[in-house]
Amino acid sequence: MKQLEDFREEIEQCVKCGACRAHCPVFGAEKHEGRVARGKVALAGAVLDGEIDLEEKVLEDMSQCLLCGSCGAQCPNKVPTDEIVAAARRRIAEQKGLSSFGKGVAAVLGRPKLMDLLAKTGGKFSSLLFKKLPEDSGLRLRFPAPFLESDRTLPPIAGKPFRDRVPEVIEGREGEPTVAFFTGCGINYMYPAIGEALLAALKFVGVTVIIPKDQGCCGLPAVSAGAQETVEKLAELNRIALTRRPVDYVVTACASCNAGIGKIYADFGGEYLPLSERIADIFVFLARHGLPEKLAALPRAAKRKKVTYHDPCHLRTQGITREPREILKALPQVDFVEMEEAGTCCGLGGTYSVYHYDTSKKIGARKAGYIGASGAELVATDCPGCIMQLQDSINHAGGKARVVHVLELLMEALPDLSKGDKSE
Amino acid sequence: MLDSRIINALREVVGKDNVTTDKADLLCYSYDATQQKFMPEVVVHPSTSEQISRIMKLANAEKIPVFPRGAGSGFTGGSLPTGGGMVVTTERMDHILEIDQDNLVAVVEPGVVTEQFQKEVEKVGLFYPPDPASLKFSTLGGNVAECAGGPRCVKYGVTKDYILGLEIVTPTGDIITTGGSTMKGVVGLDLTKLMCGSEGTLGIITKIVIKLLPLPEAKKTMLVLFDSIDGAAQAVSTIVRNKIIPATLEFMDGRTIDCVRQATDLQVPEGARAVLIIEVDGDREFLDKQAQRIAEIIKPLGVVETRIAETPAESEALWQIRRSVSASLRKVNPDKFNEDICVPRSKLPDMIRKIDQIADRHGVPIVNFGHAGDGNIHVNIMIDKKIPGELEKAERAIEEVFKGALELGGTMSGEHGVGIAKAAYIPLELTEETAAYMKKIKKALDPNNILNPGKIFLDN
Repeated sequence: MKQLEDFREEIEQCVKCGACRAHCPVFGAEKHEGRVARGKVALAGAVLDGEIDLEEKVLEDMSQCLLCGSCGAQCPNKVPTDEIVAAARRRIAEQKGLSSFGKGVAAVLGRPKLMDLLAKTGGKFSSLLFKKLPEDSGLRLRFPAPFLESDRTLPPIAGKPFRDRVPEVIEGREGEPTVAFFTGCGINYMYPAIGEALLAALKFVGVTVIIPKDQGCCGLPAVSAGAQETVEKLAELNRIALTRRPVDYVVTACASCNAGIGKIYADFGGEYLPLSERIADIFVFLARHGLPEKLAALPRAAKRKKVTYHDPCHLRTQGITREPREILKALPQVDFVEMEEAGTCCGLGGTYSVYHYDTSKKIGARKAGYIGASGAELVATDCPGCIMQLQDSINHAGGKARVVHVLELLMEALPDLSKGDKSE
Repeated sequence: MLDSRIINALREVVGKDNVTTDKADLLCYSYDATQQKFMPEVVVHPSTSEQISRIMKLANAEKIPVFPRGAGSGFTGGSLPTGGGMVVTTERMDHILEIDQDNLVAVVEPGVVTEQFQKEVEKVGLFYPPDPASLKFSTLGGNVAECAGGPRCVKYGVTKDYILGLEIVTPTGDIITTGGSTMKGVVGLDLTKLMCGSEGTLGIITKIVIKLLPLPEAKKTMLVLFDSIDGAAQAVSTIVRNKIIPATLEFMDGRTIDCVRQATDLQVPEGARAVLIIEVDGDREFLDKQAQRIAEIIKPLGVVETRIAETPAESEALWQIRRSVSASLRKVNPDKFNEDICVPRSKLPDMIRKIDQIADRHGVPIVNFGHAGDGNIHVNIMIDKKIPGELEKAERAIEEVFKGALELGGTMSGEHGVGIAKAAYIPLELTEETAAYMKKIKKALDPNNILNPGKIFLDN
């Protein structure tokens, strides 16, 4: 992977105009120049020039980034601050070692069998570990765990991970393409219902689906922690798992996994490129198969729910904003309403929210305010991480909205769609 | 260096978390959009006027230079800590205190970001017109200190035209108010106007009373391509002579169009050597008529093509051509000097011709675009600083551009201010007597010369 030195030219392209201040969620919450792209790029340049060492304050500023990529996407000179910060974190890990949490991330993610075992154990004892809260409180469950704040609400761990529930190959109709489903950790261990909804959607389309059992985490949390070796190990593991059989697409229902495989693996180049090039977000895939048009042809339901959409950063920065909305707007049981600032980060940032929960909460609170103002009953999105963070933020704000994956809403309409579909 | 006694005193005023001497923090407050770097000795984040008052009293007693800073997005170095000392940043004083819909007045803290303020007032049908290119991130305090402009100034005027009153902390630490929240007010000297554009040398702005307008019902955007800059400039005069004042009248010269054409896939025909983006606003029913009228009266002036947007998306697509300029310039050369001269609008073609000659004479590419409606040209001198001699060439070209603007009855800065970037050229524009008069004001208000020293005047 690229080293900090490899970014010298990009660092010099920062003209310090300050445009990133408008787009950085961390800066919005903290109002400090060290928290914004311009400051981090200046610090990275100063480190390269030997003007400053990797002292504590530099480490702190570099840790204060969600890697959401909003700054780079809006930068007049397209300075890739998220990549520069990730390279700086790798440098910090090399010179100072991984943080204790980073070590934990690397140890667990880098060993999928251990992760599986931990999740299964967690799932088994879920009822003991989780504190059930009254239904009317708006809160779901609290999860007391090391590194996590006690006031955070999290979904329970699934009793049986998604990949253990489904066969490895689900045959589709003849002549239709073959896709691999990269489940990601969120769907596999916490939200198996999203995976089931995705399979239902793919079954409707008629493709053959392969869900390799031996796939692992995409590696994005390890990128965030600066754990380069773990990223490389996971990339190789997933490359083997996902390319064992020839597939036309690798679909994801998690924005972060999509970016992890599509962008991070693409940087490895070579034999990783065929995998990166085949990555497709599920809604981009479904839109290509004409699903919005088919949904729009269904009669509108008498009882509809007001639904808004949150853009996950890892899709928005790739320009994928239209397709999930097209599907939502076409759903017969949905009245779509656009919220203000739908495209700003929810504040999760993977490991960021563990290190900096207070700031993460501030960013989430802002988002919860926009959700409340939209009047939506449901917030739909395309990333399990965002679902977790948004629900936590709404709960803290005392809001009533529930967060769902767009696929869960699509699932409700699929029976009607299957009845009306003449292609079968 | 500031000793620990001073640092501790500052901590007592604003709390220890809001005072920093860490090298990483000092680095982060050492620059602005000029890309020059000056390290401060301490950075302070106050949150109230009273805190700033105490900071200034301490600084005045100890003779410590103080550099007020908003978003640090200025192009002339107005907020750079040129003399060490302390940076006082108002970025956390970011509350909109009041929007008075009965009197069309708002009161804000200086750290409010311009666009956020515009959005809030627009929610209740009101309008704050000044729209500097940096509006998404620059602060209203900085806008007032630099008297920011923008494309809409041709119809609506600049920042100072919307400031009714201010609360400021003086260089000696007093908190005073200027003006008020009434549309009229002639008691005493007009200190509000004096403060607008004073580049943080006379006081630190801590509250701003802003005049608002009703939000125009609609706007209509048109893009007109001309075969010469003369045609575009004549079009500007023709529109105004016909008693139409568009909300914006932006232009791009031939070299700018070449950059856009090379760097993007936006369709601009080969014959186009100048572009005007014209936007009219007001009652929806009049806009179509007004746009058609403009198209008719400028048609004989070498118009290659006229595009009129019918939807907001089409309007956005037209503006995209203007927005793509900044990024496309880097294709010319990596380093840019962005000057913002202003000439009487009828002199626009003369000035562009002068600039083209200067560019040819010195062998440096100069790309021009800007606000044709008010004669404000953004002159972008593109060089590669790494090539020996290029910087000197650019500096010679800049001086000639300033002189050229002044010869045509213009000014060397329409909206960026003087800061440190243009301080050396002040004698070109201001007479010795005028400069001396200004310096006397500064001396009277800031006897120890601690507030933003080294800005505007070299010997200040």
